[in-house]
Amino acid sequence: MKIVVDYDLCESNAVCMGIAPEVFEVRDDDFLYILDENPDESLREKVEESARRCPKQAITIVD
Amino acid sequence: MSLEKILIVGASLAGLNAAKALREAGWQEHLVLLEAGHELPVDRPPLSKGFLLGTTEVERLQLPLASEIDALDIDLRLNARVEGFAADDFRVKLENDDELSAEGVIVATGSSPRRIASWPKAAGIFVLRDLAEAQELRTALAATPSRVVVVGAGFIGAEVASSARALGWEVTMIEVASTPLQRVLPSQVGAFVADLHRSNGVDLRLNSGVDVPLLDGDGTLRGVRLADGSELECEVLVLGIGASPNVEWLRGSGVPISNGICCDETLMAAPGVVAAGDVAEWFNPHFGERMRIEQWDNAVESGGVAARRLLSWAEGDPGEPYVAVPWFWSDQFDAKIQMAGRPAPEDEAVLIDGSVESGKFAYGFKRGERCMGVLAVNRPRRAILARMAMATSLQWDAVVPG
Ligand SMILES: Cc1cc2nc3c(=O)[nH]c(=O)nc-3n(C[C@H](O)[C@H](O)[C@H](O)COP(=O)(O)OP(=O)(O)OC[C@H]3O[C@@H](n4cnc5c(N)ncnc54)[C@H](O)[C@@H]3O)c2cc1C
Ligand code: SF4
Repeated sequence: MKIVVDYDLCESNAVCMGIAPEVFEVRDDDFLYILDENPDESLREKVEESARRCPKQAITIVD
Repeated sequence: MSLEKILIVGASLAGLNAAKALREAGWQEHLVLLEAGHELPVDRPPLSKGFLLGTTEVERLQLPLASEIDALDIDLRLNARVEGFAADDFRVKLENDDELSAEGVIVATGSSPRRIASWPKAAGIFVLRDLAEAQELRTALAATPSRVVVVGAGFIGAEVASSARALGWEVTMIEVASTPLQRVLPSQVGAFVADLHRSNGVDLRLNSGVDVPLLDGDGTLRGVRLADGSELECEVLVLGIGASPNVEWLRGSGVPISNGICCDETLMAAPGVVAAGDVAEWFNPHFGERMRIEQWDNAVESGGVAARRLLSWAEGDPGEPYVAVPWFWSDQFDAKIQMAGRPAPEDEAVLIDGSVESGKFAYGFKRGERCMGVLAVNRPRRAILARMAMATSLQWDAVVPG
């Protein structure tokens, strides 16, 4: 599983971090950092939920 | 029992997420999605923000999941307004007199903007909910900037005011209360919103109400008379006076209605009937109160919860409560506002981060030893950390560490 975030769309509102903090982090500088671009399969459900709940639809999961 | 046919009423955020969740749970039977509109609704938040400003185009307004309808094997029926339902024999009646039966129903009919009943419909008077309304308002605001009156300083009204100012319009915002958001949040938040708008050139009139619109001979808006008798000239008037849940079609059906569809803590309203999104009112045990929430993230999350609840009901399972920590955002001028939780106006607002003057801060809302919510301005991380902590405990010390 590979995660791609479209930074032109992302608004750093950190919803994804609330769901999968192992993978997404919005830091004090207000930027979103992907902590793990190829997270373990065990995180798939959380990552999919993050993608679904991203208000800007900025997260894509490749395979 | 395994359900052979499920009807979802309303094909917006909550309805589509419910459909997705049914399929993800492995339910493969006949899924009918009924939508009153002649096309799928669009994603609504940009309508008061980027779409009005002209920075978000219509192609970017597609709802998440809209492109998955075929893959999810959904029998989507547009122009299918449901007019009635009988909970005893599980039949829904459509506006065109067609009838459909099912074994489970998911109510996702959302809410509609309030209007002022005694006012005529007139060119220049707008509400904002769907794409057509947004397109009309966008066209009106794309004209040579002049004067707009926004009625109501709630989130949608405040966003429209912000967008109209950015487009160069003179904006007057009329609010009956003595601070914005007075009925939902502690007054410090309203004071911040009032300052934000005034410092950006909005003429905010508090303790003020509208009486009647003033129309030209040809029925076009030329202004509005206020409750105190004074008159304001304007070419555009936007009503942002809240929304009402779309429950009318369920009156007399046997499905209980309160301030929305009256659900138990699992989002079940009657045997085989669940509700989600703006229309659902339920008991949230985490906060110990009944709530109905008009927020994007709630529509997504509750859609899935309601769908899974329907399936578990069919299995004779008691289900699990929907224990959401609500979260929403609103963009006004340079303030990106996010709030987690469910505070009340009586809660004590404690500044927990930054300073209001700097434009980056967060308030925690304290009730006894509990934190009922956190509102952050240009501090998204703060709001989400609070949301994560609140999911476990509402104890103040747990949500707002030293
Ligand atoms: C302008 C605007 C800006 C917003 N901005 C934000 C924001 O910044 N942040 C945030 O968190 N939230 C925001 N929201 C709120 C968010 O968009 C809603 O909470 C969300 O749309 C609710 O989704 P829903 O599926 O419950 O209902 P809706 O989106 O209201 O959809 C209900 C659907 O049901 C259909 N329907 C209704 N009655 C019937 C019937 N009898 N038969 C068949 N179909 C029917 C309707 O046509 C509609 O398509 C905003 C809303 C608006 C209008
Ligand atoms: S939820 Fe979406 S918009 Fe928000 S920070 Fe994550 S990727 Fe960006």
